[in-house]
Amino acid sequence: MTKEVQIAVKDLTIGYGDFVLLKNLNYNINKGDVFIIMGGSGCGKSSMLRALTGLVMPQKGTIMIDGIDFTKAKPSVRDDIMRKCGILYQSGALFSSMTLAENIALPLQQYSTYSEQEINELVSLKLALVGLAGFEEFYPSEISGGMKKRAGLARALALDPEIVYFDEPSAGLDPVSSKLLDDLILDINHNLGTTIVVVTHELASIFAIGSNSIFLDGESKSIMGYGNPKEMLKNPPNEKVYNFLTRGEAKNA
Amino acid sequence: MDNILKFEQEKETLSIKLSGNYTSFDDEATIRRLYALAQKTTIKSIIIDASELQKWDSSLLVILYNLRKSATQNQQNFSLNQAPSGVKQMLDLAFSVDRKPVTEEIKKASFLERIGNWGIAVSVGVKKGYGFLVKALQSFGRYLGGRAVMRQVDFLFALEDCGYKALPIVSLISFMVGLILAFVGAVQLKTFGAEIYVASLVTIGMTRIMGAIMTGIIMAGRTGASYAATIGTMQVNEEIDALKTMGIPVGDFLVLPRMMALVLMMPLLTMWSDFMGMLGGGFVGVTMLDIPLQKYWDMSIDAISFNNFMVGIFHGFIFGIVIAVCGCYYGVYCGRNADSVGVATTKAVVSAIVWMIVMTGFITVICEVIGI
Repeated sequence: MTKEVQIAVKDLTIGYGDFVLLKNLNYNINKGDVFIIMGGSGCGKSSMLRALTGLVMPQKGTIMIDGIDFTKAKPSVRDDIMRKCGILYQSGALFSSMTLAENIALPLQQYSTYSEQEINELVSLKLALVGLAGFEEFYPSEISGGMKKRAGLARALALDPEIVYFDEPSAGLDPVSSKLLDDLILDINHNLGTTIVVVTHELASIFAIGSNSIFLDGESKSIMGYGNPKEMLKNPPNEKVYNFLTRGEAKNA
Repeated sequence: MDNILKFEQEKETLSIKLSGNYTSFDDEATIRRLYALAQKTTIKSIIIDASELQKWDSSLLVILYNLRKSATQNQQNFSLNQAPSGVKQMLDLAFSVDRKPVTEEIKKASFLERIGNWGIAVSVGVKKGYGFLVKALQSFGRYLGGRAVMRQVDFLFALEDCGYKALPIVSLISFMVGLILAFVGAVQLKTFGAEIYVASLVTIGMTRIMGAIMTGIIMAGRTGASYAATIGTMQVNEEIDALKTMGIPVGDFLVLPRMMALVLMMPLLTMWSDFMGMLGGGFVGVTMLDIPLQKYWDMSIDAISFNNFMVGIFHGFIFGIVIAVCGCYYGVYCGRNADSVGVATTKAVVSAIVWMIVMTGFITVICEVIGI
């Protein structure tokens, strides 16, 4: 059975000013996938994510989300699409002047018709889902880095999104916290059927959660590998991808 | 054991003998002589005997690194004999990655090209600033229509921050300015025996313009800088990205509460500054010029004109917009590192002060034309 395509990237070229970072990218992200965007440092992974979330306008090409051209859509249509998306930023990006509860309540206040009481209950549920029950009145400065990421995830999940983007979720976390976050990503994917898009270069996470992936190469500015990461390791499309997936081991060593 | 760095040229060979401890080795004169000898075209090989080398650190490695590098460049043979394995490995490691930094040839622009580029940059900046101001006004329009995404608590915090919390510094500076105005004025007025007019001078000066300008400069340095730093840090922490992707207008959420608070508070602070300036002038008048307090007070009240007072308040209102727009603009367009927050803060304060002076010029001309 073929899966339904949720995000279709066609002939996408992204860059800044005259500088081209990645060119002519083509790939699909299916509904319910845990899709990994991987590659070496500086290859344009985060810029790719910024393009997918509308923070960077592509120089060329289209990003279709649920059949709608996200790049050329009117602001109101883009807002409708973004309402279906949650994003966990590398730093968590929690608003430092607001408590965790206020952070998570913000998208609910903006986009839902729930009463204050219902919003408070939803906030408590979302925090409990990420293992932060009882932390409602804490400020971001009062919790650890791992907790900030989990609180950021709770905010990303506030509106029950169909797609959740993760920017380097393991960055700055110890191995145990990183594993817990990976498990949480899989739980969300399995239990809610959410499409997950993860930008990372952490091999442990890539193999643990990735069902499909692309490997971006900064030198050729293109996709050098496309498929399941474990399959790619078994049948590497080229030496660059193999080196990356094996932490630089020579192919015939 | 002392370190000994012996070297000599034997025909085409530079022989170097290392013995003893080479930790924090800093005999610069010897090292320079060694490098100079190694660069000689008559030298075809460099041989280092490290059999008696004991302790070593990076100060030795850097000498060996430079010698090996120059040997490679000058096509000399380089051999390091009987050195501890650590020295050899570290040296090999330093030469293991042959990656050159990417350097682009910097084209020097001509004078005309630079003027052109400056003109383009200025016009882009003005266009961007105008666009920002329009967006802020649109946010205000949405607020009036009850559709702005603004938290009341943010507005109240901003009111508190640029309201009563600014009173002590505004009071102190305005009192001092009034005092200085009175003192400088008194020196001149005394020669005509017209010291009593110090009260009028200070009152007119403060209410018409000085109160607003002093409050504006204080608030640009205090609150404008704080806006730029706060919003700039939010940019660095990806909080602005989070707002944008949540579909929350940055203008509504971050700019509107700050701008409304400052626009509301600046006229009030200006009034307070006028009063404190008059008080400062009164202090000089009563204590140094022996003007009776009641007399000084009466002269001051007589000197207050409605037009002057309202022109001062209007200045305060305009300065509130200028400071808030400059602070928020440079915060929102801040770069993504700590350094850019500092740059944004500086630019916010400088541009706010410049624009305040420019606006004062405009208002003065308009007042002159309409005869106020």
